[in-house]
Amino acid sequence: MAKPVAGVLGSFVHIDAATEAIRALRAEGRTGLTVYTAAANHEVEEALGITSSPVRLFTLIGGLTGCAAGFGMTLWMSVDWPLLVGGKPIASVPPYVVLAFELTILIGALSTVAGTLILSLLKPTTGLAYDPSFSDDRIGIFVPVGPEQAGSVERLLKTAGAVEVRRED
Amino acid sequence: MATLAHDAHTPTQTHAEVTRDVVNTLGTAGRGYFMLLGLAVAMFLVGAVTFVALLKYGLGLAGYTPPVMWSVYITTFVFWIGIGHAGTLISAILFLFRSPWRTVVYRATEAMTVFAVMTAALFPIIHIGRQWFFYWLLPYPNSRYLWPNFKSPLIWDVFAITTYFTVSSTFLVVGLVPDVAAARDKMFGWRKKIYEIASLGWKGTHEQWRHYTRAYLYLAALATPLVLSVHSVVSWDFAMSLVPGWHGTIFAPYFVAGAIYSGVGMVLTILIPLRKALKLEHMFTEYHFDNLAKLTLFTGSILFYAYAMEYFVAWYSANKFEQTSFWLRAFGPMWWAGWTMIICNAFVSQLFWFKKIRTNLTALFVISIFINIGMWFERYVIIVSSLSNDFEPWAWGQMNPTWADWGILMGSFGWFGMWFLLFARTFPVVAIQEIKETIPWPRLRKGGH
Repeated sequence: MAKPVAGVLGSFVHIDAATEAIRALRAEGRTGLTVYTAAANHEVEEALGITSSPVRLFTLIGGLTGCAAGFGMTLWMSVDWPLLVGGKPIASVPPYVVLAFELTILIGALSTVAGTLILSLLKPTTGLAYDPSFSDDRIGIFVPVGPEQAGSVERLLKTAGAVEVRRED
Repeated sequence: MATLAHDAHTPTQTHAEVTRDVVNTLGTAGRGYFMLLGLAVAMFLVGAVTFVALLKYGLGLAGYTPPVMWSVYITTFVFWIGIGHAGTLISAILFLFRSPWRTVVYRATEAMTVFAVMTAALFPIIHIGRQWFFYWLLPYPNSRYLWPNFKSPLIWDVFAITTYFTVSSTFLVVGLVPDVAAARDKMFGWRKKIYEIASLGWKGTHEQWRHYTRAYLYLAALATPLVLSVHSVVSWDFAMSLVPGWHGTIFAPYFVAGAIYSGVGMVLTILIPLRKALKLEHMFTEYHFDNLAKLTLFTGSILFYAYAMEYFVAWYSANKFEQTSFWLRAFGPMWWAGWTMIICNAFVSQLFWFKKIRTNLTALFVISIFINIGMWFERYVIIVSSLSNDFEPWAWGQMNPTWADWGILMGSFGWFGMWFLLFARTFPVVAIQEIKETIPWPRLRKGGH
């Protein structure tokens, strides 16, 4: 088990209360917040000031690699073993578009998933306080702070409307 | 009990109710479930035994009669690939269109896709003469320095089906991760451990959602052209040849529409009993079935047009071979199969113009069976009747399916049913997190975002 991260965990029922708490925490200069929700939520994203995920770069690079690999493989293999079929050119691009297309999709999709895993692993969640109700109907906010500042964060979360606040040491 | 208004886009359930209702479907099952599972396994075993016989005695056991050297196996292959298409249409294409009715039904249909493609993928292996050499289809360095012929539609097919299976199963697994995490948090003991591993450490943090939602969008964007390409490639297996009845430029869109039509038919066949068995009647409502029926009507009408156009083109081409082929489809020895296809697909789907039929589950279920039968026969007619009567009348011949054909067909249904039944009790068949996304969160203050 990873060592638990010290901090305060707030649990919210209301979305507007949670976003207000996030804004207040950010205004105080708190960083490293982790917000848990059971479904993607734009209001939370806005409050946190999240930018678009760079996963699209993985999709683009994977797709282009697949396309190049598709054309490269078919053209090279045709030339490597010249097989005359129905009087058509040895290396004939139109039928190879099908294979290049399929490989564009295949490598593009696999690299998207790989990108998601890599990007998620860059911010590991091990050791962060969690509650099973966050995958159900509660919104969780975890603020990593030392014991000396935990009291003020607890007060802030409660004022904003947290239904439960827990200190993690 | 919370209910969903039948015509509402937004569920009236709360977040917690959605988790509870879906997670309740997992785990212990009743006697009926095990009887169905036993039936599916028994059917699969019939297919497995038939396959062993094919390995030992060869394809001569199937009813191949020159010139008909493609028949029930290729028919069933195209049938299952087609079934898969509705799942991807609903999960990916309707996701991009932001179609509100898709959310509840898409997980079950996507699982259907993956298992249908798994079934279809068996057929190219079953149907080749020496099954143990199936890897000759793949481009690998070999001692004879040979590479596959990339100009052959059959090789395109290998790539299309492999890509389709990989991408659709990836899409299914990615969608499942947050739901498995929700199930994990409601489980205890050894079950919790299993779901914990399967949830890949998902906690629903904002960073995870940030990457996940983007990745899901791009996967949907990649799956959309893929699904259209796969059945186009399957249709080119036929259309790229010169056989009368196959050599048509309308084949790609005609096959794609037919695939979605057959797939939605299978979705109806599966969902109607499934909602009852899993006690999810309040989730799968009239509203969803009405929309599925409209999709069936739309694709069925495209098929109607394609059937008419095939006959028109045969007549207009003034090509004696085409004309004979189509004349024999309707009035030749296989007339009964030809008319089964036209009645079940072109005409039966037109019943969905009536809302009363679209929202009557018994009628929908019966019609869905007709669609399944009709679409199997469509492929059987296209393949067998076209091959039976090609250019030279002295070379014409009829084939009759044998026990080896029916055994494999039965086995394919057993294989598909077995996987689907196992899935339905192990993983959430309704996408918990996507439904939650459509439910407004409670607010302390009035007014919304």
